[in-house]
This record gives sequence, structure tokens and C-alpha cells, in this order.
Amino acid sequence: MSSNNDTMGKTLLVTILLCVVCSVVVSAAAVILKPQQVANKELDRKSNILAAAGIADPSKSVDELFSQITTKYVDLETGQYVDVPAGYDESKATKDPQQSIALDRQDDKAGIKVIARVQPVYLVEGADGSVNKVVLPVHGKGLWSTLYGFLALEGDLNTVVGLGFYSHAETPGLGGEVDNPAWKALWPGKKVYADDKTDPQIQLIKGSVDASTANAEYKVDGLSGATLTANGVTNLVQFWMGKNGYAPFLNNLRAGEA
Amino acid sequence: MSQTKDVLVTPIFKNNPIALQILGVCSALAVTSNMATAMVMTLAVIAVTAFSNFFVSLIRNHIPGNIRIIVQMTIIASLVIVVDQILKAFAYEISKQLSVFVGLIITNCIVMGRAEAFAMKNPPMPSFLDGIGNGLGYGAVLLFVGFFRELFGAGSLFGIEILPLVNNGGWYQGNGLMLLPPSAFFLIGMFIWIIRTWKPEQVEKPDFEMAPNTKKEAA
Repeated sequence: MSSNNDTMGKTLLVTILLCVVCSVVVSAAAVILKPQQVANKELDRKSNILAAAGIADPSKSVDELFSQITTKYVDLETGQYVDVPAGYDESKATKDPQQSIALDRQDDKAGIKVIARVQPVYLVEGADGSVNKVVLPVHGKGLWSTLYGFLALEGDLNTVVGLGFYSHAETPGLGGEVDNPAWKALWPGKKVYADDKTDPQIQLIKGSVDASTANAEYKVDGLSGATLTANGVTNLVQFWMGKNGYAPFLNNLRAGEA
Repeated sequence: MSQTKDVLVTPIFKNNPIALQILGVCSALAVTSNMATAMVMTLAVIAVTAFSNFFVSLIRNHIPGNIRIIVQMTIIASLVIVVDQILKAFAYEISKQLSVFVGLIITNCIVMGRAEAFAMKNPPMPSFLDGIGNGLGYGAVLLFVGFFRELFGAGSLFGIEILPLVNNGGWYQGNGLMLLPPSAFFLIGMFIWIIRTWKPEQVEKPDFEMAPNTKKEAA
């Protein structure tokens, strides 16, 4: 080992060389793999929309299946369809006060502080233009992370078709079980609203729901060992289905006025 | 040649990083609730330990002593980012499940422990093998723990159903504790117990002699 390693010059030289080499390696990996990662994310998002809507089919390509879905944009305050510029990204819109709505603390059940004014919705339309299914993007805080997912409703805009999350960082094996197909299979057929169509009733409970549970149609099994994630899921679903979320839009759609 | 084999094989049972050196236990608790994540985590850690050892050893004669830890950390962190990016590009589903724990390989004491203890003093090839060996040792524990946790917690292995669960219409009532991180403590404890029964030379001398119980009359 050479003895002059600890001189100022050598220390600086080694540091600079190391940093240059490492940053080149890291940036190269990030840049080269970026298209693949973006494609994965996009594919994942589309297949999650399809899965939430219950029309995923492994024998067909995702893009082919996705062609039956119409993407529209909704202004959450008015509940009306609006046009958006190409390349609109609702997650970027939350950073612009013009395009977003800051939430009061008592309204902010999902713990997300600010939401984009305009949200995409994905419609599966029948031949006559009636809405068969509607897929709504939802997100909210779980235990560690924000969960991003889709909630799909039947044409009656009350019965759940499915709920799936495409991005979260909950504990693998515990909160991460929101991705478990067995748990997701509990959602279809559940009802979101009782008589009041702006006040969602659906929630996760501790333990499991069986026929003897009161109001079983509004209740879904909790996740064992993941109470806080389960509370987060309840809160985010109730928030997005409530008056600050999609309820105005769904009421308009029900009245045929969206 | 036998020395090469030694470097590679000893860390698996004889000098296991988790069981004997008691390093890297935190991540072993987090990612072992099923076999698939334990497996991918093992591969990721093997890759990072092997290459970080290799690169640290390659420049070991030029690393100034007073910033050596920072140098090792920089190399390790860069490798972890590369591994994370590769997982995101080619194993998207698994990388979603491992979430933050891939990034946390940076803080895994095994990686830095080996860089400091072995790679700083040995040539690149043995260091590379030492990295693989220690990664395998870590992986052996991970897979051991993952096997029992997934089998008894979720009734499956690699997601394939072995013991049909009651809530899926089978007969096996899953053990919820197994899905929680503390169960890994018990399993790692048993793993260490088994290894030390098999290889009694690993048993450490007690740091303190337990004092005999103070008698009531004396108090």
C-alpha cells in the first residue's frame, strides 16, 4: 500500500474520480433503462384499469383490450366533463394552485392535502353510448406510502366491480396484501352508497365479513396485521366517493347530465 | 483452488453473516414473508456484495484511509441504485413488492462489513467470491426463514398452494404471526441454535458470569 494516500491531493483526486465514475454508471443505468421502466409502468397502469373493470384477459394484448375503454376528464367541482390539453398529467396538476384544490383538514380523509381539479375517468361504454362500467383513479395515505389505484363501478354507479392498487410501498406480506387476488376478490358486488348518494358507506372492518355481519354489502374484510393500511383504504375510498371526490360527477352521470 | 472454495463456502454455515456475525438482521425480518421476495432479495444482495467487494478491492491501494468508509458507501450506493433500476425494468412486479427494501440494501451491514473487513485487504477475485459467499450465507437464512413463514403463514411456497387455507376452502388455518416480522426473530433464533448445536465451536463465551441468585436471608 502506498504511503501517500492520505495527502490532500490524493484524497481529492480519489473522491472526484470515484464520484465521476459512480455518477456516470448510475445515470447510464437510469437513462438506458428508463424507456423499459416507463413502458412497464404504463402497461401496469392499463392492465390495472382493465383488472379493476374486470375485463382483463391474458390471451389478448393489453393495448387491444384497452381500446374498448374511453378516457374522459372530469372537473371534480362541477362534476362535468371537460377538455384538457394533450399530455395532461393529474399528478403534475396538483402542484399548480390554478389546477388543484387544497383540502381542509376535516375534509382531507385520505391524507393527501391537495387534489387535481380535473381527474381522468375511464368508461366502458355499451353500443348505444350508455355507461356499462366506470373506472375511477383513487389514491390516499396508507401506513408508509400513498396508495394509488382504481375503483371500478357498475353502470348503476353504486355496485363495485373491483378495486386494485398499482403503486404503493406498504409492508410486503402485510399491507402489501392489498395486491392479493383473494382479497381483491372480496370487493366485487359491494355497494358504495346507501340512500344518500354523496355519503359513501363502504368500509373495511377488522376480521372477516360473513352473512351474519350487519350491512355486509357495505363492508369488506380488513387485512390482518395491517390495520393502518386498511384504515387508509377505507379513508381513501370514502374520500374519493364522497362530496369532494367523484360524488358530484356520479350524480350528474346518474341524471344523464355529465 | 481449495482456498477459493473456502472463501466461497465458509460464509454459508461456518461463518454465516447473520447466524454468526449477526449482521443484516433487519432486512431479513422484512422481506421473508414469502419465498419469491426472499429469493429476489437474495440475488440482489449477492450481486451488490460481490460487485462492491470487487470494486472496493480493485481500488483498495488508492483509497485514502480517512475517507475509506465514504468511498465504500459511494460504491455500494451506486450499485444498489443500478440493481434497483434493473429490477424496475425487468422484474417490475417483484420490485413493487420489495419496494423500499432494495434501496435499503445500502444500509445492510453485511455489504459494508465485507467491504471493510475483507475487500480492503484482499485482491479482487477472492473479494468477489467472498461477496458471493456472504450473499449466499445471507440468502440461506432468508430462504430458510421465508420457507417457514410462507408455508405456515400463507400455506404456500413461491405462491403455489401447499397447505390449502381455511379461508380458501381448505383445512389449514394460517398462522398469522408467521406473516408478521417478529416471527422472523424466532426463526432466525432457531436457525442460530441449530447451527451452533451442529457446530459447537461457534458458541461464544458468555461476556458475564450469571451471579447466583441472592438469597432472601442475605437481603
